[in-house]
Amino acid sequence: MFKRSVSRGLFTSFLLSIFLTVFIGAQASALEGPGITGKISDPSGKPLSGVSITLANDENSVTGVTDQNGQFEIAAPTAGKYLVTIDVSSLPEGISIADPGPQREIVFIQGPKGLIFKTQVGTSADQIIEKRDSKVPQLIVDGLLFGLTIALGAMGLNLIFGTTGLTNFSHGELLTFGAFTAWTLNYLVGLNMLLAVPLSLIMSAFLWGWVQNRYLWKPLRRRGTGLMGMMIVSIGLALTLRYTALATFGGSPRNYNQYAAQPGLNIFGVAVTPKAIILAVIEIVVLAIVLYWLKNSKIGKATRAVRDNPALASATGIDVERVISYVWTLGAFLAALAGITIGINQDVSWRMGQILLLIMFASVTLGGLGTIYGALIGSLTIGVLIQVSTLVIPTELKTVSALFVMILMLLFRPQGILGKRERVG
Amino acid sequence: MDIVFVLEQALTQSIGIQAIIYCLAAAGLNIQFGYTGLLNFGQVAFMIVGGYSIAATVLSFGGSFWTALVVGIISSLILSLILGLPTLRLRADYLAIVTIATSEILRLVVRSVALREWFGGVNGLNGKFAAQFYALNPYQSGIGIGPINFSQNDSWVVTVGWILVAIVILITFLLTRSPWGRILKGIREDEEAIRSLGKSVYWYKMQALMLGGVMGTLAGFIFAIASQSVQPDSYVPDVTFFAYTILLLGGAARVFGPVVGSIIFWFLLVFIGQTLDQTISAGYIPFLTSTQVGPIRFIFVGIGLMCLIIFRPQGIFGDRKELALDGR
Repeated sequence: MFKRSVSRGLFTSFLLSIFLTVFIGAQASALEGPGITGKISDPSGKPLSGVSITLANDENSVTGVTDQNGQFEIAAPTAGKYLVTIDVSSLPEGISIADPGPQREIVFIQGPKGLIFKTQVGTSADQIIEKRDSKVPQLIVDGLLFGLTIALGAMGLNLIFGTTGLTNFSHGELLTFGAFTAWTLNYLVGLNMLLAVPLSLIMSAFLWGWVQNRYLWKPLRRRGTGLMGMMIVSIGLALTLRYTALATFGGSPRNYNQYAAQPGLNIFGVAVTPKAIILAVIEIVVLAIVLYWLKNSKIGKATRAVRDNPALASATGIDVERVISYVWTLGAFLAALAGITIGINQDVSWRMGQILLLIMFASVTLGGLGTIYGALIGSLTIGVLIQVSTLVIPTELKTVSALFVMILMLLFRPQGILGKRERVG
Repeated sequence: MDIVFVLEQALTQSIGIQAIIYCLAAAGLNIQFGYTGLLNFGQVAFMIVGGYSIAATVLSFGGSFWTALVVGIISSLILSLILGLPTLRLRADYLAIVTIATSEILRLVVRSVALREWFGGVNGLNGKFAAQFYALNPYQSGIGIGPINFSQNDSWVVTVGWILVAIVILITFLLTRSPWGRILKGIREDEEAIRSLGKSVYWYKMQALMLGGVMGTLAGFIFAIASQSVQPDSYVPDVTFFAYTILLLGGAARVFGPVVGSIIFWFLLVFIGQTLDQTISAGYIPFLTSTQVGPIRFIFVGIGLMCLIIFRPQGIFGDRKELALDGR
């Protein structure tokens, strides 16, 4: 996050005079593993006791309280990403936490870590307005970057739905497995990321895409298993894959050997890491190639024909199974790229696919289930929406906004922005 | 390896509290999915409503346990309305997506810091909120039948739980043989045909969603009462899918499907888990550690669910003609 420069005279002096500093640092730490320690006090040095601080992620949650010296120590059960939250209600009357709020994400790789919170007396309406103004560009950029990644997954989801009618509930695991394939090559085998990423993309496309379709979905289609049955099979597959990832790679989030931590650049007041920019460029190029391929290549045209009417496409001599095979391979490739992107920008965890699946569903529902451009438009909208919504709702609830918009969309325009009416039935 | 201990554990769990909870949840899915063909992938949302209604009403709002039960049922009906309103007119997969999304919305909302005052955030709510329930416990000590043993409190929960299951099964039995139940099955087979008879398909689907949802809420009640605590992260979407596995194992659209499925599911799950645990600690499987037993059991559940749909969609006692899984 970038630092905001406060320029309003009266307002500035007011704020400066009441800043308390909360420093949560690694110094004088008795902790051996990951965790946070520190002291909370006001400028006069008077310690604040009874302030509650929570360190939580999907699996664990630990709370610590400052003692009469204002000191606390919280050990994290495992390494990985956590949300550090200062319980505002436990602060003395009239004191609140300044921008960017009482919550902060923190990633432990090894050992303890430090971060700084600032507290202030009261909340000023001026400050809230300014906070929103200055934050909006950052949030939009973050949202677009996230939306691009989601678009890769959503595109595959929509292609598979369009050609086979299957709502694939195991699509999230394609992301997870793509990311873990790269992690295996990079961390366990020891390949450089520049080599590990292309290799794992190809492996994922073949193993998790082509093989999955050839040995699971194709036989099922041949048997005439209904779509509802196939949807439940995809649930079973998702459970199998997710818990396989948990059993194999463990529950704590993993980072790649390279590019894990990178200082951010400040571009016109927006903080972006170089890796995020490079990945976004790759994503845009890949999406452009896929769109061009679908529009102009022979197999791409066949894909669109199958999507519109499989029986008619088949009657005109298109090998429908071949098209579906291409779509699965492409879908797994795109999903793996999305998974690896998230792995590089954040981390790789066994549950990442499950969480992202719902966001992908929200995106394709918004854009139009089964439509190609719908996946793109929906994903970018949802990405921005998720980030911008944090201005109004707590960060931890940002996914909820996406799911809520999806439900609203179904209520008023169920076919999505670009969907055709008859698809909904 | 102590095979007697493994079997004892498996038998106890197969009629234990978990089996009751999942049996009730699966019974709800049976009405929704088995009889009506509604793909509710968010049954766990109703369990959240059940569990948190009790805990929050008693602990955060100071209501009595019995008020809490009423609050739970009413909230569950409201949730059905909210879920059904946008989706019941749409294709099956939309309902699936919206229900799973709603279950996650509810989980994220109750675990949020913003509402910690009422729902306890990530720690959930813990306290003696079911004291009024346990005060009625007639057992002076735990009960034991042969190898099966329950503690004093568990005995009371298990007794009430199975009575609840019996009532739910009886209701299912009576309803599915009534004209109302035949309309549900008709909707599953051919919605248009039922519409042509002048029935409001939408409203019947809503009723099925509500009834099944209330059963899910009952499962949430038992879940919360048994442990006297509710924790947001025990209500992940996977709970719904385990309930689906149970339903399909016992046979969807069969009155006793959920009961049979739940007993077999929990027997197998505990049996596999304990067997793995013992063989690993005895050193027979050198490449596995005991922390991997939990996930491995669920890998089996996933494979089981896939195999059931592929090879035996009617389940153990189901009728293949009754449930053809070829909805649009």
